[in-house]
Amino acid sequence: MNNEKYLSDLQDIKKIMNRTSRFISLSGLSGIFAGTFALLGAYAAYNRVYAHQTEIGYRIVEISSNTIFDLLTIAFITIVCAVISGLFFTIKESKKRNQEVWDEQVKRLLVSLLIPLITGGLLCLLLLFHGHVGIIAPLTLVFYGLALINASHYTLGEIKSLGLIQVFLGLLAAYYIGFGLLFWAIGFGIFHILYGIIMHYRYNQ
Amino acid sequence: MKDILKELDKAFENKVRLGIMSALIVNKYVDFNRLKEILEVTDGNLASHLKSLERKGYITFKKDFLGRKPNTKYSVTVEGQVAFRKHIKAIERLLG
Repeated sequence: MNNEKYLSDLQDIKKIMNRTSRFISLSGLSGIFAGTFALLGAYAAYNRVYAHQTEIGYRIVEISSNTIFDLLTIAFITIVCAVISGLFFTIKESKKRNQEVWDEQVKRLLVSLLIPLITGGLLCLLLLFHGHVGIIAPLTLVFYGLALINASHYTLGEIKSLGLIQVFLGLLAAYYIGFGLLFWAIGFGIFHILYGIIMHYRYNQ
Repeated sequence: MKDILKELDKAFENKVRLGIMSALIVNKYVDFNRLKEILEVTDGNLASHLKSLERKGYITFKKDFLGRKPNTKYSVTVEGQVAFRKHIKAIERLLG
């Protein structure tokens, strides 16, 4: 009998099963928590930048290398908190659905997310190193959005529109340079909370 | 050996149908366009295979709309799952 044919049949079956399944254990709560941390981070950054205001009227904005270091620290802490809480809730959801926490599917999702994300992160750090400050916030939004769009093929479809919104906000922020913090609060904060709520009610009930 | 051969389902003797079942068995539902993407076949080809699987009772569909555009979602039936799993088991046994 044609063993080769059957072997290739099985391989095709496995391949298609793998290719089509999407990581559905993304938890809406991750979005809500990440968004909240982002808003807290934005608030802390706002205070740091606009600190020491004595006059009512014109505001003094001084971005020194000290400020930058503090802002980077705030950003780093925000990201770490968002990622940890995101992982926590998503792992919890995976267990609830009896799905493998770490398999081909998850690996594929992470790679597709991390390549644009890390590229953007490195690019921003390099630009910061050369003294370009204003363009950083817009670029982070754009790269994050692109990363989400890329990863959306391997997980819930809603991620794609969230990614598009981030890109759009990033482009707007690039036009209105100086309002980076505001766009950050909207993109990383408000929209993540919004999407988190929507996805929680759609998938996690 | 002959018994195992009998377990092979003729309905799945085609690569496209095999692909359709594989995709449907790991997803709640898959829509027509995504199936087309995954299997890389033409509209007509896919439609005819889907129809024959549906006539056998292995899959079912739900006609829906994505805004104004029609969007048909396909899912595997319980019979389809049973038949497909039986078919896979038979292949595995044939391969030893």
